[in-house]
Amino acid sequence: MSAALDVRDLHVGVGAVPAVQGVSFALARGRRMGLIGESGSGKTVTALAIMGLLPDGLHATGAAIYDGDDLLTLPEDRLCKLRGDRLAMIFQEPMTALNPVMRMGPQVAEPLRIHRGLSRGDADQEALRLLERVQIPDAAEKMRAYPHQLSGGQRQRAMIAMAIACSPDLLIADEPTTALDVTVQAQVLQLLDHLVEEEGATLLLITHDLPVVAQICDQVMVMYGGRIVEVGETEAVFSQPRHPYTRGLLDAIPPIDRDLPDRHLKAIAGSVPGLGEFPSGCPFRTRCPRADEACLEMPAMAGNGHPVACWHPVG
Amino acid sequence: MSPASHDDPPGGVLFEVRGLARAYRLPRTSLLLPPRVLTAVRNVSFELRRGETLGLVGESGSGKTTLLRLMLGLEQPDAGRVVYHGGSLRRDVQVVFQDPASALDPRMRVADIVLEPLRVMRLRGDHAARLSELLRAVGLPEAAARRYPHEFSGGQRQRIAIARALASRPRVLLADEPVSALDVSVRAQILNLLEDLRVGYDLTLVLVSHDLSVVRHLCDRVLVMRAGEVVEAGDTRAIFRSPQHSYTRTLLESIPTLKKRRAASA
Repeated sequence: MSAALDVRDLHVGVGAVPAVQGVSFALARGRRMGLIGESGSGKTVTALAIMGLLPDGLHATGAAIYDGDDLLTLPEDRLCKLRGDRLAMIFQEPMTALNPVMRMGPQVAEPLRIHRGLSRGDADQEALRLLERVQIPDAAEKMRAYPHQLSGGQRQRAMIAMAIACSPDLLIADEPTTALDVTVQAQVLQLLDHLVEEEGATLLLITHDLPVVAQICDQVMVMYGGRIVEVGETEAVFSQPRHPYTRGLLDAIPPIDRDLPDRHLKAIAGSVPGLGEFPSGCPFRTRCPRADEACLEMPAMAGNGHPVACWHPVG
Repeated sequence: MSPASHDDPPGGVLFEVRGLARAYRLPRTSLLLPPRVLTAVRNVSFELRRGETLGLVGESGSGKTTLLRLMLGLEQPDAGRVVYHGGSLRRDVQVVFQDPASALDPRMRVADIVLEPLRVMRLRGDHAARLSELLRAVGLPEAAARRYPHEFSGGQRQRIAIARALASRPRVLLADEPVSALDVSVRAQILNLLEDLRVGYDLTLVLVSHDLSVVRHLCDRVLVMRAGEVVEAGDTRAIFRSPQHSYTRTLLESIPTLKKRRAASA
């Protein structure tokens, strides 16, 4: 199976400060990949680099091969043809990602007008079908609504409707359910799952919420300090984590089915350093219980099937 | 400073909430229609006993925060009553909010933030010693006192907010989504801190959270709210084991877990 996206040695810098360092991964067609890590680990920057949407001042090197083209070096006009058509992204904050002065109908129809050249009438009809497909109640009425008149869950659904309007091959969803209530989250995840299934699309799901990944992702990558530190099948990574950071993240989640002694969670020491404040060598070494002098040097990803970048992996 | 003299309320009941209701008039959307009314809390009754940890769960808009504000006296009820049996509500009941960045005055130094309740309530004592004690209790270095909120990470800011809440030696701590704005690893640190403080300072804790695993982890008893009403109340473990109300069941089934694979995949 050929890769839907092949990212090779991606580096993103903010001036001289590295935000993403040597990230490489391939997304197999039709699979769902999770990208997890805390805020400041470089997840969103990785996604923006792939989409060619890095803000001014950030520059990417390396390659992101999609359909034979390197997205990092593709001219802007060709990228514009791909974005919203073959490549789509669902952003974290629907309130800021949607245009507040545009009604939902035309907004959802916009990619169809631009990429498919549909007439206003046809695009509106299609937009209505999309809003119904993402299960927005009273879709016909909501076509005329502005984003602020929708609830958070409805806005997130409308974003998904826009993203899937042109049946993309690759869908990047950046924290698509973080602002939502649990019942709405469950519905949105199920919706994403079905869409990927039905469209045969490839999904890259970015989140800090590990259980969300467990619900819909086949594989998962763990990111810390701008580097990928562990990759594997979701079940393997969550049942037998190898990187101490992954272990720490899993231990920090309150279990839903049992009591902990003294009601104490195992917390990771310290907090995520700011950009440019990560230590040299392994970025996790200052918070890691297993760190020693070997960790002054960055370990390479090693191991078949479930590789980890750690000198002293767990288990 | 001597610990506050706490007269023990009858039956250990600190808060008595009876038939509480609060509605808000929404902004007018048309000149031709009357403004709509949103009932945020309706007919809520419960008791908060000394030493317990009570969880308030429910989705956004279910009335959790309004209920907290009514308990704090920041809102007046339209109907029903909130009785605090412990003594001085202002001194004894303190609150920690969700977003520490907006809950702390950016122009005040940490020392002034943490000691402000003592100044405002005109509580006497060795404030300098109290400040060191509070900073130590929440795990902040002594040097933090002279710094400003923006110099701290999210987790540390929440520690500052907790130190401020503890300054007047409260008996009841109300925490409104105290860890929702924090990263996963820091979340665990703050939850551990809240539990340590609860035990160490003999606090009664009310925890508002939409994260049911957090409530399951820390709370003895839980109230499940929906559209302003309490639909189910009881022992946390019992409710998580066998929820009686269909809404509670829906909530519990919606929690993503690490083990569950997608259930409804084609």
